[in-house]
Amino acid sequence: MTVNKTLGRPESLCDVPTLYCGGCGHGVAHRLTAEAIDHFGLRGSAVGIAPAGCSVLLYKYFDIDTIESAHGRALAVGTGMKRANPDLFVLTYQGDGDLASIGMCETIHTANRGESITAVFINNAVYGMTGGQMAPTTLPGQRTTTTPAGRDIAREGAPIKMAEMMAGFDGVAYSERVALYDPRQIRRARKAVFKAFEAQITNSGLGFVEILAPCVTNLKMTPDKAQQWVIDELCATFPLGVYKDRLPTENQATTPAAATQTATAECGSVTHAD
Amino acid sequence: MNATATTAEKRTGTPTLMQGNIALAEGAVQAGLRCYFGYPITPQNQIPEYLSARLPETGGVFVQAESELASINMVLGAAATGARVMTSSSGPGISLMQEGISFLAGDQLPCVIANIMRSGPGLGGIKPTQGDYYQATRGGGHGDYHTLVLAPANAQEMFDLTYKAFDLADTYRNPVLILADAILGQMKEPVIPEPPYPRLELDKDWALTGANNRPARNIRSMYLEGDDQEQHNYVLQEKYDRVRQEVPMWEQMDTDDADFVVVAFGTSARIASSAVRLARAEGLRVGLFRPITLFPLPEEALREMAAKVNGLLVVEMNLGQMVHDVRAILGPDKPVSFHGRPGGGVPTVREILEKIKENMV
Repeated sequence: MTVNKTLGRPESLCDVPTLYCGGCGHGVAHRLTAEAIDHFGLRGSAVGIAPAGCSVLLYKYFDIDTIESAHGRALAVGTGMKRANPDLFVLTYQGDGDLASIGMCETIHTANRGESITAVFINNAVYGMTGGQMAPTTLPGQRTTTTPAGRDIAREGAPIKMAEMMAGFDGVAYSERVALYDPRQIRRARKAVFKAFEAQITNSGLGFVEILAPCVTNLKMTPDKAQQWVIDELCATFPLGVYKDRLPTENQATTPAAATQTATAECGSVTHAD
Repeated sequence: MNATATTAEKRTGTPTLMQGNIALAEGAVQAGLRCYFGYPITPQNQIPEYLSARLPETGGVFVQAESELASINMVLGAAATGARVMTSSSGPGISLMQEGISFLAGDQLPCVIANIMRSGPGLGGIKPTQGDYYQATRGGGHGDYHTLVLAPANAQEMFDLTYKAFDLADTYRNPVLILADAILGQMKEPVIPEPPYPRLELDKDWALTGANNRPARNIRSMYLEGDDQEQHNYVLQEKYDRVRQEVPMWEQMDTDDADFVVVAFGTSARIASSAVRLARAEGLRVGLFRPITLFPLPEEALREMAAKVNGLLVVEMNLGQMVHDVRAILGPDKPVSFHGRPGGGVPTVREILEKIKENMV
């Protein structure tokens, strides 16, 4: 019996083993991002901006130009790149502590300026690389290494909902939250990443996709239990769905940022069909 | 090594009356500045204000960032594409930028940063000061690194040294700091705002331009494998050693027959030069040594000059920073005295003259 490979490796994804833990979402998120780079023919114009955190080694995994960013500053670095050379396709890849805590100021001002950048945001509700401390997206009651009794909203505040917040900025062209817990969700996530790419390609504004992914090591769960936790817990606090879509429709594909909002979603509704 | 000093009188061309901050900004434009990112803070606001109108005329990019943290990281992103790029700030703003400056140094990315110093610590005031000498010359942020530091002393130098800073940044792939103060930034003087020489055009084969028909490039400061991080630091150190050999600039006045020499930079040197003239008028053989580069300090020139004098007086607008470098360079046998005023206090000509007489035995 022979086994046929039906899905090859995307050209812009390097053929190397990653250092990610088994069951971590970064691998799938990297693959979807690389598929989008290939699909839109961006391997020769893309620059990837790696955050502080587990995905700091992005340059090992993507066969595109890459740079490290200081913790939280990826979107400021991206702004500088895109303004200096608008022909580049600027891709940022950040976690929750990076984008929604230390980098929140850079994040919301980049969104507000409507920079033509694609921002991939991995929400796993903890600081992964530093050892599972509380993140701005940690769930109420969730135990972390700095909330040993569980996150108390009265003390630590509530989880920050980035996809919803980003949708509120006029400069954001696309904002969606997706998950990776089954093939159907992965297909949806792929489509969302493609849309976030289209936002930049059509110069419509910031393209934002929030990907819910488990950090199995810091959750101290097996990969299957961690996926169930994403479904039961993470998705309950962070509803999946399209929160903003003002990408140009096909017959106005070249109309930039001023395009009217072509689609909206109510908070929490899953508006995309398979 | 070269002794270099410029004023409008020493240049050919038509002088125009220009404020120091504007001269600095126009020097950057003439050097081919492509992007400026900055955040308002006194006493440097004329730089972003001027560039917000001037840069679009040249096809350049001006962005008012949400903070100095964002500014310096925008600078980093733009520098990584190979563009000539700068920011400017003061005091607390420069402190905020230190994270990014450390990254720029670690990444070996060229850029120019102007610090029109304000007094501190903390919020401080906007009066002229030289309190940031240590921050500027030691690197300022975390890690074992240096920025090149240029200290202009007049409006023409605000133009010329900024123009030169971009060439130095590209040559050494390193951030270059312009260290000035409110007097230099706000004062108007005759300036010939023309390039003194054609600007350097280097092939930036490290820049992130998209991996089109070439292998992908990566810019980083973190090296996790083996002793790569240690080796990276040696690479940086070798570069700083080259900078120490190739870049020192200074000006000497009346030092040839001097028994006693005042050492000062920037505004302090301007004031000290008047004190030296008064001392000469009284028959005292006094000279002035003005470092133009603060990193690297002109160590050899200073040693050579100091060998012929009996003593030196370092004058600074702080309570003693460069003086410790001067003492370290000259050793314990050479008497080096100090006069300084902190927190926006400006030494007077009379004060310096008295200190010269007091220490000139």
